Amino acid sequence: MTMTRTKLRENVYLTYIPAVKFKTCFLSAQFLTPLRADTAGYNALLCAVLDRGCRKYPDMERLSAALDLLYGANVEHSVRKRGEVQLWGFVASAIDDAFVPGGGGRLLEGVAEILGELICHPVLENGLLKKDYVDSERENLLDAIRSAVNDKRTYAGKRLLEEMCRGEAYGLSHLGEEATVAPITAEDLTRHYYDQLSSSRLELYYCGRAELERVITAVEPILRDLPLSRETAIAPPLPHIARTEPLVIRQPMDVSQGKLGVGFSVGTEDRDAAFVMNTMFGGTSNAKLFLNVREKLSLCYYASSAYHRSKGLVTVSSGIEFENYQKALDEIQAQLEAMKTGDWEDWELTGARSCIENGHRSIDDSAGRLEDFYMGQIATGQHNTPQELMDAALAVTPERIMAAARSVSLDTVYFLTGKEENPRG
Amino acid sequence: MVEHSYPRIGEQVWHDTLPNGLALRVVSKPYHAKACAYFVTRYGGMDLRFQLGGQWLDTPAGIAHYLEHKMFDTEEGNALQELAKNGAEPNAFTSNAITAYYFDSTDHFYDNLRILLKFVSIPYFTKESVEKEQGIIGQEIRMVEDNPEWQVYQQLMECLYKESPARVSVAGTVESIREITADTLYHCHKAFYTPGNMVLCVVGNVDPQKVADIANEVLPRESGPAIPRDYSQESSPAPAVKEGSRQMEVSMPQFLAGYKCTPPADGEEHLRMGMIGDMACDILFGDSSPLYRRLYEEGLINGSFGGNFDILPGAAYLYVGGDAKDPHTVHRMVTKEAERLAREGIDEAFYQQIRRAAYGQLVRSLNSFETIAISAAEGVFQGFDYYRFPEIFDTITKADVEAFLRENVTTERTALSIINPKEAK
Repeated sequence: MTMTRTKLRENVYLTYIPAVKFKTCFLSAQFLTPLRADTAGYNALLCAVLDRGCRKYPDMERLSAALDLLYGANVEHSVRKRGEVQLWGFVASAIDDAFVPGGGGRLLEGVAEILGELICHPVLENGLLKKDYVDSERENLLDAIRSAVNDKRTYAGKRLLEEMCRGEAYGLSHLGEEATVAPITAEDLTRHYYDQLSSSRLELYYCGRAELERVITAVEPILRDLPLSRETAIAPPLPHIARTEPLVIRQPMDVSQGKLGVGFSVGTEDRDAAFVMNTMFGGTSNAKLFLNVREKLSLCYYASSAYHRSKGLVTVSSGIEFENYQKALDEIQAQLEAMKTGDWEDWELTGARSCIENGHRSIDDSAGRLEDFYMGQIATGQHNTPQELMDAALAVTPERIMAAARSVSLDTVYFLTGKEENPRG
Repeated sequence: MVEHSYPRIGEQVWHDTLPNGLALRVVSKPYHAKACAYFVTRYGGMDLRFQLGGQWLDTPAGIAHYLEHKMFDTEEGNALQELAKNGAEPNAFTSNAITAYYFDSTDHFYDNLRILLKFVSIPYFTKESVEKEQGIIGQEIRMVEDNPEWQVYQQLMECLYKESPARVSVAGTVESIREITADTLYHCHKAFYTPGNMVLCVVGNVDPQKVADIANEVLPRESGPAIPRDYSQESSPAPAVKEGSRQMEVSMPQFLAGYKCTPPADGEEHLRMGMIGDMACDILFGDSSPLYRRLYEEGLINGSFGGNFDILPGAAYLYVGGDAKDPHTVHRMVTKEAERLAREGIDEAFYQQIRRAAYGQLVRSLNSFETIAISAAEGVFQGFDYYRFPEIFDTITKADVEAFLRENVTTERTALSIINPKEAK
């Protein structure tokens, strides 16, 4: 599975991965644009509006019918943030021609044609994006932004990054905020649409059985009517400004379980070492956080950590009883201390290395994970394959792991707590 | 061991029943880096009342799930740790009908398989370790209690069912799990974790004979007795209660409407009815249905709207829901549309369109190793070969789907579950 990258024209690239092992082919078209507070909501709204219909299939019913006839092909709009870049666009997949009953389907071409329609030929009324679609998708987006609070675990993670990276693009939501989304009109969004098409990098991705030449021909409908744009550079995230005195936020809400989020800033530039350090600290079900905070002390149902490679952060997420706040926080920091002094057994490092190996090798087993991996690399200005990242991580020595841990400092604590809680002390 | 070839879906599968009664399936995946093993027992959250050694036993709600947690304890320590050391990603889940233990790994597959078979077949827990688990599972239950999606589902099951244990949460309650002791756990393990009640399904680039040899070597020689179970059949097709509602911290109401369906017989009829039920959902309220468009355009639903057909031991139901400002209207419109379809019939062209999409979805789902393995295991338990689904699918007609809707999706059989936002104080 060798990846090939082709420049199709100025500011438009195709990442191509041949694979025979999937039942489906996977095609993605993503626009990459800087994540900004004033435009994040516009992009999130834009792809939802475009997904409502196009010149050829002007409403959901006709669009869905076209997809049904392509044997249940999927086309979904997506909006993501990777690093400090917002990706918006469409991901599509269809069963491989080999599995079409009776044979003879050219489903890739069918799906690519629909993507081209959705991107280049939206439903217009008097030259503007259809007002009904803008109005109803704006309401849906506002609902989605407000419903972030429903899943408390994700919400706590989002709030931690927001507080920790206030003033930095990294703390922004990929969906935007209520205040910027609520006033968007069809006029505003139409202007934004043309602006995006003519200024953003377009990254295409394909994984499946088709030859590269066939894919390049198939995606032609996407490019045919796309305005030309000048080459844009993708900026890696700016470094986080570490706090000298940790910021502590407690947010009361009517919940039965507390959610603790702890943010650390990572000073080292040795990202491979920081990655291995985090894997041992809280990256797996065999890591220090899981074994100690959960298994040994029974303080929580889950405790894990994530390393934000491009930004240099580690965030810990845990669900705990309200009264265990201090105990859990102390234990999390004690486990980080252990990483700093090399206080681990041999199997912990061996196990982490095995997990890293397994994790990277199995990316190849999912067309969707490969798409997310490569889009993430491109959006953060990196150009590694899973294999290269794995090899680099496996070469990390215990000394480098300790050095990476020593560069980690407590930055922000966020606690989603009950309303009836008696404040400590 | 017999090799079966399924050209329509491009799968090669080895079938065997070992001398101890264990059903074995090995699905060949020559191009994947990872291989995974699923070890599944036909024992789930609904198996609360059963006969062991001539005596009927009533066990506390949540016990199958509790047992799943405790099975990872071994005399040497913890199997999660052992597997993670080899880079495997182990996990387990308990559903209404089954408990599944699994891992995937890109290396050390046969070592990992040994560990999996050993820890699941040899119980090791003490009074202390069982008591300690109360804290962890208690936290897990608290966590799902804060989840509105879980609450709206659980409330629906309590509305729909009166006698069937389908109304009991798989994890039980903080109160019910207090009654669980090491003794009861041993009883349940003895009854249900026998080779004759289990399936081992391996997916990957492995040697089928070696898998069989390891299973023969590690697992007990005896098949174990068949265990009679009591699923308390419902006495009426009507729901226990027509409606349930509660308030939570959500941004807008969430709802699920359920329709109590007649459960299918065992054998291929089970698989066939599952596919008919899924097509009925697509036709009634799927993305390309006229009803979906109408509801969406009137702003009564958003992208979260959707549903499915589900078969449980001795019970079946169809559900649909999502976020909606006015759940009652949506519910009424769904039932009305089903009754119209039953009366007037499904449009032929629309039926053919949905049929194509449904077939594509079935093929697509085979990208997931979990679907491949769990469907095969359920097939063994219910007496069908899942990989024959294209042939069974061919036998389904429009009249089957109409008859399904006419019988099951009616005013008499429905209940509504709603989670409302808390009123502002």
